Amino acid sequence: MSFLTIIQIIFFIALVGTTFYLAFRKFKEIYDNVNMGKPETINSTMGFRIKSVLLIAFGQKKMFKITFPALLHLVIYASFCITQIELIEIFIDGFFGTHRFIYHLSEGTFINSFYIFVINFIEILSLLTLFVTIAFILRRTIFKINRFNKPEMKGWATKDGLIILAAELTLITFIFMMNGGDSALHIQEHGKDYGFILSGVLGSMLSDLPTGLLHFIEKLGWWGHIITVMAFILYLPYSKHLHILLAFPNTFFTRPEAKGEMRNMPAIQHEVQSMMDPSFVVPETEGEVQFGAKDVYDLSWKSLLDAYTCTECGRCTAACPANQTGKKLSPRKIMMDTRDRMEEIAACKKEHGPDFVDNKTLLGDYITGEELRACTTCNACVEECPVSISPLNIILELRRNLIMEQSDSPAEWNNVFANMENNQAPWQFSPSDRLNWTEELN
Amino acid sequence: MQYKVPVLSELVAEGKTPDVIFWVGCAGSFDQRAQRVTVAFTKILNQLNINFAVLGTEEACTGDPARRAGNEFVFQMLAQQNIATLNGYGVKKILTTCPHCFNIIKNEYPALGGQYEVLHHSTYLQQLINEGQLKVEGGPFKGKRITYHDSCYLGRANEIYEAPRSVIEALDADLVEIDRSKANGLCCGAGGAQMFKEDEPGDKRINIQRTEQLMEVYPDIIAVACPFCNTMLTDGVKNENKQDEIKVVDIAELVAQANKY
Repeated sequence: MSFLTIIQIIFFIALVGTTFYLAFRKFKEIYDNVNMGKPETINSTMGFRIKSVLLIAFGQKKMFKITFPALLHLVIYASFCITQIELIEIFIDGFFGTHRFIYHLSEGTFINSFYIFVINFIEILSLLTLFVTIAFILRRTIFKINRFNKPEMKGWATKDGLIILAAELTLITFIFMMNGGDSALHIQEHGKDYGFILSGVLGSMLSDLPTGLLHFIEKLGWWGHIITVMAFILYLPYSKHLHILLAFPNTFFTRPEAKGEMRNMPAIQHEVQSMMDPSFVVPETEGEVQFGAKDVYDLSWKSLLDAYTCTECGRCTAACPANQTGKKLSPRKIMMDTRDRMEEIAACKKEHGPDFVDNKTLLGDYITGEELRACTTCNACVEECPVSISPLNIILELRRNLIMEQSDSPAEWNNVFANMENNQAPWQFSPSDRLNWTEELN
Repeated sequence: MQYKVPVLSELVAEGKTPDVIFWVGCAGSFDQRAQRVTVAFTKILNQLNINFAVLGTEEACTGDPARRAGNEFVFQMLAQQNIATLNGYGVKKILTTCPHCFNIIKNEYPALGGQYEVLHHSTYLQQLINEGQLKVEGGPFKGKRITYHDSCYLGRANEIYEAPRSVIEALDADLVEIDRSKANGLCCGAGGAQMFKEDEPGDKRINIQRTEQLMEVYPDIIAVACPFCNTMLTDGVKNENKQDEIKVVDIAELVAQANKY
């Protein structure tokens, strides 16, 4: 083993080790942030959970509500999954200073043909991904797809999307540099390429170049690829792109109830029960409670996991009746705000210690009453989400706080509440008139 | 036929027990337009000799607008009052023409001790048609273009998409679907207690947006299965000055009119 190889192994181990250590720290922070939320039991069977993951996350069922972008997305998704196979070999080569370990180990066996088949599959998908990535960049820049150009997408959110797409372009370039350079070297040495169709063509074009330069191209591709992958892993927890991981747990915990069902509030149920039936004893544990959610701490952990899972695709916002008619409400913004607020709290705690409390809250500093009041609770956002997020759940919990803790209610609603209390109807009709409609009958 | 509306308390006093309760709802009781739907559905129940009763003055709002607005106290008071009434009479099965009442009694009352079999009238009518108990004459609607507007609380909230459509199909009419229907349907703008307040600032009212979508298929009739959708879309059609050409009609009214009840 040459001195240069040993240096490379040390560098590789340092790179991977540092990346995994830093990534682990950040992912642990996200895990802790999700656990800031309140407990919620997801009452689903294991069968339902597995089915949800297979259909919604793996099967991308909801994505196919809009066919064209779903197909484009499927190419990148498939490409991403299958490329991990080549990454296994890259890791082996990196750790042991070998070159195409699996290829050489399997030479002369059927596994070798399978290896070549897999690399071909990866290369073809990578080429398709190149086109799709360009299409996605165009969709976000030139074509101005409406849902990518809402106010909440200004600044970082749009940059984040473009950074990810640029990283994909970089990855594909490095893969073809690596495989193309390597194929050219193989041609120089053996008179033919590995049997990789695309990089074989590339290799035959490059095979007249000096061997030293080809080694450089191959190494640059190899290192460029692995460094981009490591950078990607580090960037992921800061990015909307986290959905590639969290889509799986989030669909696993899909709420099984009918979408129309709103969570009960046992504390208020029992309080009202004790008013109506003086013999009813309110359970002890429900002493001091806050109604609804004012900040991320008051939301369920599932809502917080929802926020980290959101990839800001905006299908919820595009389907939202309030947003379509120019109201301020955007379900996507609700999810983005929730995540931003969690990150803000985490940053504050890091800086000032775990007991630090700032004077901000999700409700008010991030999300306004106007946005919340525009919601028709129609469930279009929940229906649209490709990864089982419910913006509605957050909206309703914040509304509860707005009404019950802050008494921030439009006058019309206050009249409705009063009517409901006094007349048992939202309108000011006497309960004794409930059967007046029967006069129309005969 | 002399139509009757048996009231539960009176039936019980006579020692009788109804098979089902017709939950009329606040809109069905007080809103002039929705009252006509209540009347139509009552006529169907009478014509089929269904052993039903209404709660009458003992019925209270289910609490839906309060809960959705965020006022859990008002919801709990009304819900617990209703559940006490229903359980007191030992009610087992409830029919309603309002998707909001349907959703909340079916999905949210059980947590408070109210367990009932709850059917929206679209499902009930579909069952009656399938069982052959209800025959629908296609006559007056033959060849009419009818489009159906999905109520959110029936559709996405409870995944009932086919029942109202199968009722319309029994009419021998031409059911035309718009692009945004079923799970992709747009709200009429009334849900989540929006019915009871002005829209938040924006460019357009939601009911206008929805009415425009429905008008794209040039319907003679916009069929609905919710009293609030009915109000919102009736206003939307009026806003477009199309009230003479396009009628907004509940599926119960369609059946009653078809059969000349």
